[in-house]
Amino acid sequence: MSKFQKKPNKITHPSLPKTLTGINGLDEITEGGLPTGRPTLICGEAGCGKTLMAIEFIVRGAVEFNEPGVFIAFEEKSDELAMNVASLGFDLKKLQKENLLKIDHVHVDRSEIEETGEYDLEGLFIRLGYAIDSIGAKRVVLDTLENLFAGLSNQGVLRAEIRRLFTFLKDKGVTAIITGERGEGASLTRQGLEEYVSDCVILLDHRVINQISTRRLRIIKYRGTVHGTNEYPFLIDEDGISVLPVTSLKMANSVSSERISTGIPALDDMLGGKGLYRGGSVLVSGTAGTGKTSLSASFANETCNRGERCVYFAMEESPNQIIRNMRSIGIDLKKHIDSGLLYFNASRPNLYGLEMHLVAMHKCIKKYKPSVVVIDPITNFINIGSVSEVKNMLVRMIDFLQEEQISVMFTALSLNTIVNEQTDEGVSSLVDAWLLVRDIEFNGERNRGLYVMKSRGMKHSNQVREFVITDSGLNLIEVYLGPDGVLTGSARQQQMLLEETGAAIHSQAIGRKDREIMRKRKMLEAKIATLNSEYESVEEELNKFYLEEELKKQILAKSRAEVIRLRKGEVTEDDKKGDKGSK
Amino acid sequence: MKRVDKKWELRLYVAGKTPKSVTALTNLKKYCEEHLKGQYRIEVIDLLEQPQLAEGDQILAIPTLVRKVPEPIRKIIGDLSNEEKVLVGLNIRPA
Repeated sequence: MSKFQKKPNKITHPSLPKTLTGINGLDEITEGGLPTGRPTLICGEAGCGKTLMAIEFIVRGAVEFNEPGVFIAFEEKSDELAMNVASLGFDLKKLQKENLLKIDHVHVDRSEIEETGEYDLEGLFIRLGYAIDSIGAKRVVLDTLENLFAGLSNQGVLRAEIRRLFTFLKDKGVTAIITGERGEGASLTRQGLEEYVSDCVILLDHRVINQISTRRLRIIKYRGTVHGTNEYPFLIDEDGISVLPVTSLKMANSVSSERISTGIPALDDMLGGKGLYRGGSVLVSGTAGTGKTSLSASFANETCNRGERCVYFAMEESPNQIIRNMRSIGIDLKKHIDSGLLYFNASRPNLYGLEMHLVAMHKCIKKYKPSVVVIDPITNFINIGSVSEVKNMLVRMIDFLQEEQISVMFTALSLNTIVNEQTDEGVSSLVDAWLLVRDIEFNGERNRGLYVMKSRGMKHSNQVREFVITDSGLNLIEVYLGPDGVLTGSARQQQMLLEETGAAIHSQAIGRKDREIMRKRKMLEAKIATLNSEYESVEEELNKFYLEEELKKQILAKSRAEVIRLRKGEVTEDDKKGDKGSK
Repeated sequence: MKRVDKKWELRLYVAGKTPKSVTALTNLKKYCEEHLKGQYRIEVIDLLEQPQLAEGDQILAIPTLVRKVPEPIRKIIGDLSNEEKVLVGLNIRPA
């Protein structure tokens, strides 16, 4: 049995041929597009983007894949349709001239038609077949079959004919999109028919929650292939439809061990001396006015200084406001904007729903390809979604950014001054590093303290640093740890001043003592000198005495010898000598 | 066929010689002979041969009878088996 498991037989199954739609993201969740040569139903309520998605499928097919398409319009006239999509940059008239597109408006009006007896829809089939053959179409859109039911009364015939239509489309080998209005209750279409005969069913939805609307898309069925089953938000903007499959189920992102600077050398020092990991996420949280935006601006500035791109999502302040404010602390963001390295994307959180924000950010990031993204702040997202929704969105955001190896800095406003183990958005467990900036209120003033709550995969400082914002940028100063605890701001400076004075006084005192000792030594030395001279005089006295004694002794001995000589009558030697000398 | 101005110009769209088309044509001829003798002209268009004509008259269903003249244009779809409906539809007989 274990042998079996060791060598699994790899059988490659033939996969269903698919046709790329060219619509952003849709090809990813369908894993390659719509089923080639088969009909796909797009259903949804009014105004959810069915027609637009269908026409984008046709236009992208014609422009990007050189596959001509036929658009059978039951609702709008050709001119109306062209006008409606012109704002998206789709030039239907030009495509029609180039024989890449054929629009056939099928007009069904009950008041003009009388029904008697048996009939079928062969006429429609012939028109469709003719349109397909005339330009060699590969793609067909029928928008929307609902109108047939409004115009004709024989339901039995219609149902049978629609079934035949699907078969007809398959026989023609065209990849077709049929749009259908959503039925009442749980049914996907009014007739409850199209969803069964289609090979792929995509449901579009336009929901309003808390006055904020979000468009969503879900693939309900896709015969013969795997597909994403979730509801995916999508966006309609000047580039058409973008679907965003942000949730990647795998957690197999590559990681970088490269480090990037935060723009504040002292902060890099706190983060193991080198800064953050590239592709990592960092959360800066703190109460109001603690310098979160300054921190993130500094990070953005540093990124641009390195010559890398940065996208700054401003959720609270306008770009100009941020530029002005940052100039006051010596950070010039304007020049980076001018050089194209920095891009500001300012939007209010309640502009649209969470999902839409995600889609918009995703799109913006894809477009600018930055290496650093700043989202300032994420706090206000809570206004448009619950904690779990916001968290979910941010998980996907982080996931996406990691995949792209983009570093991200979030800022978050903490609502209370007590340090929570959990931020209000519940993302603290997701991020790789968490910096906390907090107020330290002491001695009648507020100062900022910064510390690293967590930083995955690096040795980081456990110290609280004082975070100062100066005219020339941001800096971190080691806080003063005195006998009274942690001192910051002017208290710290006062304490430092106090210590300086103390040191001066101290050195003064030492000097005085030194001089006293000197004087004492001099005095003693003088005393020693006096004693020495006294001793010398005594010694001299003594010496004198000895000399006199000696002299006396000599004289005495001399006179005694003289006496002896005189007695003997001898001439003294001295006399002799004296005589000779005189001669 | 020599072109004569007729009061009634009718056009019948068919797709091949299907039973429905044949029935429709037979029925139409019968009603016209009965009610519009000498004042009508019937043109049969086979869409299998001329598919490009389907778009102009907004043909969906087969068979379709179009009353071109007198105005306004009226359409009747089906095999025309209900005489009453056809006559009312073509405004030959007031409803």
